[in-house]
Amino acid sequence: MAERILMKGNEAIAEAAIRAGCRHFFGYPITPQTEVSAYLAKRMPKVGGCFLQAESEVAAINMVLGAAAAGVRVMTSSSSPGISLKSEGISYIIGSDLPCVILNIQRGGPGLGGIQPSQADYNQATKAPGHGDAHVMVFAPSTVQEMVTCIFDMFDLSEQYRVPAMLLGDGLLGQMMEPVEFPDVKVTPAEKPWAANGHQNKREHNVVNSLYLQPDQLEAKNIERFERYAQIQANETRAEAFETEDCDVLVVAYGASSRIARSAVMNARAQGLKVGLLRPITLWPFPKKELLKASKTAKDILVVEMSMGQMVDDVKLALECKKPVHFFGHTGGIIPTPAEVLEQLKTIAGGAAK
Amino acid sequence: MASYNMVFAGFGGQGVLFTGKVVAYAGLIDGKEVSWLPSYGPEMRGGTANCSVCISDLPVGSPLVTEPDVLIAMNGPSYDKFIDAVKPGGVVIIDSSLVNPSKRREDVTLCEVPATALSNEEHLEGIANMILLGKLLESTGFASMETVEQSVQKCVPASKAHLLEHNLRAIRLGMEQ
Repeated sequence: MAERILMKGNEAIAEAAIRAGCRHFFGYPITPQTEVSAYLAKRMPKVGGCFLQAESEVAAINMVLGAAAAGVRVMTSSSSPGISLKSEGISYIIGSDLPCVILNIQRGGPGLGGIQPSQADYNQATKAPGHGDAHVMVFAPSTVQEMVTCIFDMFDLSEQYRVPAMLLGDGLLGQMMEPVEFPDVKVTPAEKPWAANGHQNKREHNVVNSLYLQPDQLEAKNIERFERYAQIQANETRAEAFETEDCDVLVVAYGASSRIARSAVMNARAQGLKVGLLRPITLWPFPKKELLKASKTAKDILVVEMSMGQMVDDVKLALECKKPVHFFGHTGGIIPTPAEVLEQLKTIAGGAAK
Repeated sequence: MASYNMVFAGFGGQGVLFTGKVVAYAGLIDGKEVSWLPSYGPEMRGGTANCSVCISDLPVGSPLVTEPDVLIAMNGPSYDKFIDAVKPGGVVIIDSSLVNPSKRREDVTLCEVPATALSNEEHLEGIANMILLGKLLESTGFASMETVEQSVQKCVPASKAHLLEHNLRAIRLGMEQ
């Protein structure tokens, strides 16, 4: 394997995209993800790729639509308010069955919000990335290394299912440096017989479109797409279980907040509390069966998020509200501390003991 | 080796982020788990800048250090901001040319190094941060000098390779303080 080097999350994502065969990037700068653009502005020309800073987020996402329609690996990047601007284009990309990778390095909201780390775009990413009956695959890595491995998988899966893939990170993961090594893999992009690209008049021309004025055609298109969604839900859920075998209290947390939760779980175990952690790596599809397995012995569930509580609803749905689901979080750019989570665990475990 | 949770703080331009990176890289070279997290935002323009560095045998949980066992403060506002957060028994290293510690704690080890004055005397202008890094190395032994030398080589860009020896001289000077 290659040498472990120290790299910022944003830069590691950018390098991973290039190594995954992405040669087209369209973006617009916004804190805290600007290093993605800055890195690719330098690197893309050196590998014969196209880096373009668009005039706005709306323009950038429509350039992604065009490049994806032509069948190339393409990525865009933004942070919360910029993703809202892109949501129309994201819906068009979904409606056109195009693969692409979208980064959301989240900051506090709503509105212009703040620039510090946040996880308050969970519902937007998993429930309504754009209008219509629409989903994107959502990946939530928790380390710089995992962001790199996710990027490779996201390009592949996005092409396999013809569904966009979103990396839901946050300012903490984007800004921090951690050791990282890049896998030495040969990338083979999928065949794209549907691509609207040049063919020297050797075939019928392809049309990429999301407009279906006949309701029956549009319904059929949606039903076919939901069959692919069902396959994704059956085959592509990912989660990591930590100390869950005998847990009385199960913590559920993803991304940056799972790192804090993991520290709290280790400290709680050291104090004799039977607690575990389930860390969803895919948020859509939500890892329901992994959650059911990890929570088998648990009497209580604690969801920790950097928001007012959004994934907590998916946890309740997955468990059909059969167990008490508690929530702890901070929002607006405040990062919870392991000590705060440990306090919650002690209170809940104390209650469970009674 | 023990785990370290460190905060490096000062004005933007003093090299606190760079110092933190050298320390994190040293940990990486020694085969440890490390993280480096900068403060980011409007405060970096001429205001205060800081970064959190964790070195550990285990995967790093929160990279944001809220209770440092090592604090390096290169200006007064940074000292005032972080001094109460330092863990009892921790090490606090200050540039005493710039920081006049208003508040003193009995339960931490305070190392006062006139780093800016020394850097001017020794023709090491602009790298008072490396003098403080030397003091950090001497007072905590978080890595070996050989490791730190390798780390500095990794962190100094090729275009500034001629400054490498300067940086190492500053670190050695700091170790003697």
